[in-house]
Formats: sequence, C-alpha cells, structure tokens
Amino acid sequence: MIAQRAGTTALRRVAATPNAFFAANTAARLGLAHTQTRPVATQKLTPADGAALLAKQRLARPVSPHLEIYDKQQTWFGGSAWQRITGSAFSGGLYVFATAYLAAPVLGWHLESASLAAAFGALPFAVKGAVKFLAAWPFVFHAINGVRHLTFDMAIGFHRQSIIKTGWYLWGASIVGGLYLAFLA
Amino acid sequence: MAALRSSASRLLGAAASRPALRAAVAPAAAVRGMAQVADAASGDANLKTFQIYRWNPDTPSEKPRMQSYTLDLNKTGPMVLDALIRIKNELDPTVTFRRSCREGICGSCAMNINGTNTLACLCRIPTEDKAELKIYPLPHTFVVKDLVPDLTQFYKQYKSIKPYLQRDTPAPDGKEYRQSKADRKKLDGLYECILCACCSTSCPSYWWNSEEYLGPAILLQSYRWLVDSRDEKTAQRKDALNNSMSLYRCHTILNCTRTCPKGLNPGLAIAQIKKSMAF
Repeated sequence: MIAQRAGTTALRRVAATPNAFFAANTAARLGLAHTQTRPVATQKLTPADGAALLAKQRLARPVSPHLEIYDKQQTWFGGSAWQRITGSAFSGGLYVFATAYLAAPVLGWHLESASLAAAFGALPFAVKGAVKFLAAWPFVFHAINGVRHLTFDMAIGFHRQSIIKTGWYLWGASIVGGLYLAFLA
Repeated sequence: MAALRSSASRLLGAAASRPALRAAVAPAAAVRGMAQVADAASGDANLKTFQIYRWNPDTPSEKPRMQSYTLDLNKTGPMVLDALIRIKNELDPTVTFRRSCREGICGSCAMNINGTNTLACLCRIPTEDKAELKIYPLPHTFVVKDLVPDLTQFYKQYKSIKPYLQRDTPAPDGKEYRQSKADRKKLDGLYECILCACCSTSCPSYWWNSEEYLGPAILLQSYRWLVDSRDEKTAQRKDALNNSMSLYRCHTILNCTRTCPKGLNPGLAIAQIKKSMAF
C-alpha cells in the first residue's frame, strides 16, 4: 500500500511539473495549451436586469412536495394532529346535537334520551359496538394525549426516543381503552 | 461493447475504468452512459437506485419529475452525499444540489431523504434492502433548481430575531463579559445549531404558516439568546415573540426534534420559551 502510494505521489509530481517539450510542441499545435473551448455562453447583466430575472424566476418556482412525501408515521399518526381532529369532532358533534335538540320540538324529531336509548337498543350487537367505539376511541385518545401535551407544556418528555415511544403507547392505549368502553363497560 | 464507447469516455480513460454506473432514464444524462452500462453488467455489482427530484428553472413550464440513477454501492462512499457527488460527476452533471463541508457542520446539503429531512453527508445509504432511495428538496420550500431550496424567508426570519448579543452596560473589568459555568451550560444544545433548516421544513405548522410563524430553527436560536446570561434585552426579545403567530403556532408536533441531524432539541427549546412566557 505504502509502495503504491509512493508511486502515485511520484507520478503526480511528474504530472505537476510543466513539461517544456510538450508545452512548446504538441500542446501548442493542438490548441490544448491553456484555452479550453466550452459550449457555454455567458452574458453580462446590469444589477437591475439581474433583479428582474430573479423576480421572474421566483414567480415560476414550484413548491417542493411536503405532506405527500414526508415520513408517513410522523404525518399520519402524529398525536398533535389527531388531538385537533378528535377535539374538533367532539365539539362539532356537540354543536350539531345541541342545535338539533333545540330544533327537535319544532321539527317533530324525537331526540329525548328515552327514545334514543330505545332506538340504540334495537341495533344489532356489532353495530352497537362499532358506534360506541367511534365515540369512545376519540374520547380516550383525546384524554390521554391531553395529559401528554400537558407534560410537554411543562417541558417534560422531549427525548427523541420518548417522543416516539409515547406516540405509539398513545395509539395502543387509546384503541384498547376505546374497545373496553365500547364492549365491556 | 468497447466499440460503442463514445470518444469522450475513451479520452477520459479514468471514466471508463471507474464507473459501474447506469443512467436509468435520462437520455440527456447518457453522455458517458455506454461505458457505464457495460461496467454495471459485469461482476457482482451491488446496485442501488436513487430517485431524485428534478426541476429546471430554464424550462419552468415543465413539471417537476423524479429521475432514477443506479449506482454500484461497492464503488460508492457510504453516505448519500457520496452517491449524489458520484451521480453528478459520472452520470449527469446537470443534477444540482448544495454541498460544502461533507461532515455535517455547514448545513448545505440538507434535503429530504426517504421521507425525513437530514443532511446528505450524515445520512448513510441504507444497504439492508434494495428499495429505491428517494431524495427530495426540503419540503414546502420554493425550489431554485432540483434539490436547491430558496431559504430567503428562513434567513430573513433569522435576522428578525436579532441573533447577536445585546447589552448596554460595559463589562465590569472592561475586558470581557463573564459568565458562570452554570450559565454557560445553559447554552449547550443550542449553540451547536448549524441552521440547516431541516427542522423548520419538517414542521407542518411551518409549512402552512411560514410567512409569520418563525419555525423551530429560529425559535431555538431565539431561546439561545433568551437564556444567555450576558444578554440584557431578554424582555424585548420576549415581547417580540408575544403574539399569536411568531411562537404559538407551535403545536408540539415534534417533527423538529425527531429530524434534527445534529441531535438537538428544538421542540424542547420552544417549550422552554413558552414556559418562561407563561410563568
């Protein structure tokens, strides 16, 4: 290895030394001496023209891809995003139901607890469970993640590994909790 | 096959002996393509395909596209930046990206590799599978060309937080502003930031609000000056952040902490700022 290296060093030294014969004869005749022809043309621009060109180019620039290419685990299973989604679903649901409840006497709907319970009781077991899970999972998720975010607000739990771990625990615990509330409680 | 080699590759003897590369799509890229195909076909080459985001400002109406390049990993360095440099040197000189130090201290080669933002020079080429490696510019940035994003807004925001020591009282000994060891320790994990913009461009909140939200990198720098015991403008610095957009668009998504190629914790720094504003 060392011998080889010594060899290349010597070669390099020879290559670096200007060869008088080559420079005087071959190189000059071939037009290789100092100039290189390149198929590139440059043009001079005034600063104003340059700025105008830049402004024009800026208008045409695309936005690089984001949501669709970013790590799916972080974009689709992000606790923060789902905290907002579950919270919005619950408050939205509350507004919809409360408004409907107010309008029910006028429109002749029956939204009293007794009639809702009777209607729900008539459903098959699987549908009952599914409906309950649809309400229970967001609730459990929002509750657990709410506590997680409260710890974040106290600047606790920011280690990279614990962020990833608690993220997965959150999903596991909320699904188990949701199933428990839907089928056992 | 030798007869098919272009005169260019025969002139550059080195190119013929080096490559083991294959220009997969690229008709424009196949300047030395023939020799490369020949080399790749021989022997036990460990081939890996890199898909690279391409967009050329000279033809702005053409949509951005992905272009594939195949390299023999046995003849490539271990890092993604090594692969990019080889692609540029030997397959397609038009591939454009920023790079400088190749050791994770300049922050030039920040890009999105296989879905997460990182520095190409610190990211090993995954060898455990044959899956194609996808390389995009930093997400939700304006593309200057190929993998080069426009970071003008990012730098403007950095300037806006006045990232320098501000104080009116001179040093007691007239020489230097002294600091206790404990106070100096508070700057660890903050001063190492190289402003590569990996964290800011990983943040969905920054994607949607980069006009007004400062983003994790700049907030980490804000915190670096807020906790500096020598700085005397802490109150003004906090005042500047005390609005609905600059700081509080952070919803603790924490992609920033997960992506930081230097192992820093922008999420924690932001939480510390929020905490210090609240109490």
